[in-house]
Amino acid sequence: MTSRRTFMGQSAAAASALAFPLVGGAQPKPVKVGVLHPVTGALAYSGQQCRMGALMAIEDINKAGGIKSLGGAKIEAMLGDAQSSPQAGTAEIEKMNEAGVSAVVGAFASAICLATTQAAAKYNLPHVVDVGVADQIVERGLKNTFRFGPGYKKCAEVAVSSLHVLNTAAGKPARTVMIVHEESLFGTGTANLLAKELPGYGYEVKEIIKHANPTRDFNNIALRIKQVNPDILIPANYYNEYALLVRTLQQQKITPKAIYSVLGGAASSYKFVKEFPEAANGIIDCNHWFNPKDKRSAELRKRVEAQGQFFSYEVFMTYTAMMLLADAIERAKSPDRAAIIDALASSKFANHIMPYGPTNFVNGQNMGAQPLMTQVHKGDIKVIVPRDYREIEPIFPLKG
Amino acid sequence: MLDFNILFPSVLNGITTGAVYALIALGLTLIYGVLHIINFAHGASLMVALYGVYMLKQHFGVDPYMALPIMVPAMFVLGYALQRGVINRASHGKDENILLVTLGLSIVLENLALLFFKSDTRTIETAYTLTTVQIGPAFIALPKLVSFAGALVVSAVLLLIVQKTDLGRAIRAVSKEKQGARLMGIDVDHVYAMCFGLGLASLGAAACFLMPAYYVNPQVGNGFVLVAFTIVVLGGMGSFAGALLGGLLIGVVESLGGLLLGESLGQVGIFVIFIAVLLLRPQGFFGAKA
Repeated sequence: MTSRRTFMGQSAAAASALAFPLVGGAQPKPVKVGVLHPVTGALAYSGQQCRMGALMAIEDINKAGGIKSLGGAKIEAMLGDAQSSPQAGTAEIEKMNEAGVSAVVGAFASAICLATTQAAAKYNLPHVVDVGVADQIVERGLKNTFRFGPGYKKCAEVAVSSLHVLNTAAGKPARTVMIVHEESLFGTGTANLLAKELPGYGYEVKEIIKHANPTRDFNNIALRIKQVNPDILIPANYYNEYALLVRTLQQQKITPKAIYSVLGGAASSYKFVKEFPEAANGIIDCNHWFNPKDKRSAELRKRVEAQGQFFSYEVFMTYTAMMLLADAIERAKSPDRAAIIDALASSKFANHIMPYGPTNFVNGQNMGAQPLMTQVHKGDIKVIVPRDYREIEPIFPLKG
Repeated sequence: MLDFNILFPSVLNGITTGAVYALIALGLTLIYGVLHIINFAHGASLMVALYGVYMLKQHFGVDPYMALPIMVPAMFVLGYALQRGVINRASHGKDENILLVTLGLSIVLENLALLFFKSDTRTIETAYTLTTVQIGPAFIALPKLVSFAGALVVSAVLLLIVQKTDLGRAIRAVSKEKQGARLMGIDVDHVYAMCFGLGLASLGAAACFLMPAYYVNPQVGNGFVLVAFTIVVLGGMGSFAGALLGGLLIGVVESLGGLLLGESLGQVGIFVIFIAVLLLRPQGFFGAKA
């Protein structure tokens, strides 16, 4: 029979071996995390950018010693392709659950996130939403769903109030608005919110035009814009359509007082600015943006560009979403799903490059998250609002 | 609400967009309309041609219009080789197999493009990309006017080939009676491959006309395939004049539909016309009665 002292000694040794498996010579078991994005199909560009952000974050976390509270356990990515459709996204969640992932980060588009968060909820699988801006994603009471970035309601509010500030400062040259949006959940939801917000500030929404993805030709829409002649044009669509729309506006010689995008798929994109320098110049966008005053954001941008890629919002959104998850796993001290959900819910994550401050989740939405207003200026994208992050003085209106 | 200043540019824009559709449908009408091969890889082949034009511009500075003498023969060779080396072999000459083989081919081509080019959307800038020509109240992009002229020229060339050359006679013979043509000493496999080559060559031309004002990504062809099939049936299988007219009509219907019904619903018009033609004139505008 073992004495009480021997028992205590053996238990302590066993416990420390479990807590620090390296001491015992065993590698700590990696924490499997699902990285789910639409890397093929219509949204493939955005999906691949997201994936790159996630993998860079995992690389950084692992290089920095992994999850220290789990004895330096590495994060292991299980890559999934949502094929630009909610159904495929759901199928990937099923696979990831079977494979025993501890959490999922993804899945870029609102419509896909809506499906994947729901599917993950069945298994109490923590799901960190990287981009998906539809507020319905976090308004369904799902305990497993957390979004680090702002939703489109917040973006629409910030966009409209900032527009009003700019317009008032310029002597109120703009009164009428036209909205052009893509037809899925993101574009339609954003347009509806804007249409509700704008009249409250005294703007008249002249027309809302919805278009399909893909739209091969924007001449009709341009003609309609020409006929209505709004002071401000607000596009809310993904990259391809945004680029075609702006190109067509140039061809049709349409120059509103401002092109003022809300979550515009191209206006906050270095790729767009590089490819269409003339068309992009002066465009204002209210979008996800990093803290330009944080040196680490410039370093990350350099790293991405060194790979021959553009530092698009998808990259830094997913990068920071993965960092948020790693921080939660660190505090959960466990790869257990319920423990990670608890850690996410009480997260005060502040060591990041976004202009949010420490995380504060209410119903899975980070209340501190906010978009920034940017303007394309001399071939670069600069923050104009809010003042705390301002890099250049805004130019509004673009034409007299 | 709709005044002349809007309607006129919309119709004109529809015609020029339709010309691009017609260009894409011309190749298909030869392959699908004459030889009854349902080529689901048509969109993916267009994508390959668009990447070809893009690469020539980006890496060698070749202007898209100057790329015509390179892209047209290159796509012809690709088409010939695909038909003889892959489609014909894998399908064992059976029509129902061809459908699956071309579908598989399109998936392979798209995934190869994903592998080599990633899913990144690419565009090119030329000095004339944003140049517009004013016709009355309408501003029409110069590249669209060039594609309109290009569609006319390509359809005329294809028509000449089919009407006036030995190859054309052989194509017509094979399309009417394959076995009979074979008994008369026509190399049917060669004719099929030549047709495929010509079909893809016209896609090469279409890509040169399209690229200055459009973009390319691995999925870009999908947006055109259904429209191209519609045009071929609408115009009458195998009719180049029909494909041209069908293309222009679809362009105008889409444009006016977008203007009147809203952009999301605009394409409904295409299929309403399509169903109406199938009901009232199933052989298409220029097709002969069976």
